[in-house]
Amino acid sequence: MTALVKLTGVSKAYGHVRALEDVSLEVHAGEITCVLGDNGAGKSTLIKIIAGLHQHDRGSYEIEGAPVRHASPREALDHGIATVYQDLAVVPLMPVWRNFFLGSEPRKGRGPFKRLDVAMMRETTRTALRDMGIDLRDVDQPIGTLSGGQRQCVAIARAVHFGAKVLILDEPTAALGVRQSGVVLKYVAAARDAGLGVVLITHNPHHAHLVGDRFVLLRRGTMTGSYTRDGITVDELTREMAGGTDLEALAHELRRPAP
Amino acid sequence: MTADSLAPPRRLGNRLFGRPELGAVVGAVAVFVFFSVAADSFLRPASLGTVLYAASTIGIMAVPVALLMIGGEFDLSAGVLVTSSALVSSMFSYQMTANVWVGVGVSLLVTLAIGFFNGIMLSRTKLPSFIITLGTFLMLTGLNLGFTKLIDGTVSTKSIADMEGFASARALFASHLTIGDVGLQVTILWWIVLVAVATWVLLRTRAGNWIFASGGGPDAARAVGVPVTRTKTGLYMAVAFCAWISGQHLLFSFDVVQSGEGIGNEFLYIIAAVIGGCLMTGGYGSAIGSAVGAFIFGMTSKGIVYAEWNPDWFKFFLGAMLLLATLLNAWVRKRAEAAK
Repeated sequence: MTALVKLTGVSKAYGHVRALEDVSLEVHAGEITCVLGDNGAGKSTLIKIIAGLHQHDRGSYEIEGAPVRHASPREALDHGIATVYQDLAVVPLMPVWRNFFLGSEPRKGRGPFKRLDVAMMRETTRTALRDMGIDLRDVDQPIGTLSGGQRQCVAIARAVHFGAKVLILDEPTAALGVRQSGVVLKYVAAARDAGLGVVLITHNPHHAHLVGDRFVLLRRGTMTGSYTRDGITVDELTREMAGGTDLEALAHELRRPAP
Repeated sequence: MTADSLAPPRRLGNRLFGRPELGAVVGAVAVFVFFSVAADSFLRPASLGTVLYAASTIGIMAVPVALLMIGGEFDLSAGVLVTSSALVSSMFSYQMTANVWVGVGVSLLVTLAIGFFNGIMLSRTKLPSFIITLGTFLMLTGLNLGFTKLIDGTVSTKSIADMEGFASARALFASHLTIGDVGLQVTILWWIVLVAVATWVLLRTRAGNWIFASGGGPDAARAVGVPVTRTKTGLYMAVAFCAWISGQHLLFSFDVVQSGEGIGNEFLYIIAAVIGGCLMTGGYGSAIGSAVGAFIFGMTSKGIVYAEWNPDWFKFFLGAMLLLATLLNAWVRKRAEAAK
């Protein structure tokens, strides 16, 4: 089976700064690929390349076997790659159903009387959210009244509804508590079960190991490891994430000096 | 049983509380009751026509100004733009042709161009609209006076009452009809139509969705492909279009225009929009609310006269009303959000 998205030896430099060096990853339909790394590890550069905001300098980027080079996020979107950013997803004061269709509003009627298909928009929002298992009291409430986790979920449901094949999630659990994080991970799994390939960016190895099928570890722009689920335990993942030998050195440094 | 039906349906009370214009309606009822008691002649049918006329002159402009505020921007040039529009049609007609309709048409183009200029400046310079339209306001104020003195030698234009097309233009922009005892100005009709169209656009069209999004979260809107700058430019041109209607009314209800008029009116439009529930920060409000706000303005300005008070007090009332309405709106919104 060909991968939905396949990066091979991708590098990116901003001027003299090497942001990404020789990174490879695969995203398959119905699987979750986790990208783990500390701040400044190159995670955001990586998603920006996949999402079409930046172009890679070296290496190859293939979608379903065909090499691509996206000039804009719109182009990536046309290839079925949707990105849900942490805070850039919704307009807080607008009702859920208006947010759901913002930018792609279905209309009926003709000429100057072309109008929103409101009944259909409400109903579609309700069913799309229900299919994801989201229990919303009222799609008319401002989306700002939802919790952070629910907002992420609406954004995910929206990407699924508009036919995304690959879903990139930028730190969806970063600002959330334990319970809310669990809720979001449930919907990430629901998107996977709907047949999407998911790229989950995170710095939490526990969240990653709960849902991930593949793991790519980044540190200072280079790939320090690439594993499949049965190739690594959560403890190893945590240790890798924390920097392995770096952590031992730190522990040594922090030790109380002998009196 | 589906997940959805487990949740209780939203109560009517909450739905009502969620409306942006609720505070304004409560305020309007209070003002109405107040002047009904304070002034005997306030309840007479003839007074209604007067109040509605005063409301409509502000209301016609409050509609697009409210839309613009929902879209997240201000227009301080709206007041003098009305005068500019009237001056252009008057002077162009007088100097260039024999038919006023030519001037009226040229005025429409010029006024829309000024609205377009505001929008383009906003998107190109990324400066706050407060600054840009303050600049346009001052420039137009100067141009109005300068050109009028240059061309006509005085601060007002020459009469165009004897020109061709004057009667038909007056019928469209400044006629009045009498129903029973009530004399109604045609501006009231313009006002109602504008409120209806704006409400439909805002709530039932894609453009309306984009207006809310441009004001409520421009970055998020851009990220999903909403043309934010085009939407805002369109709103400035809507303000210009309504300024053209108001300007033509100004011209044809008399036959001359005072070039210094209109200064300060931009605040009345903004006040009507804010009393009507528009949020200063954008993304929230309604066209109907702006109409209620304008109606409060009409009742207050004429009610003071009917109560035979000194009209000097009017501005005080208006200011107090603005503060009260804003506080009420904030309170209502907080309750509406807590109720969910």
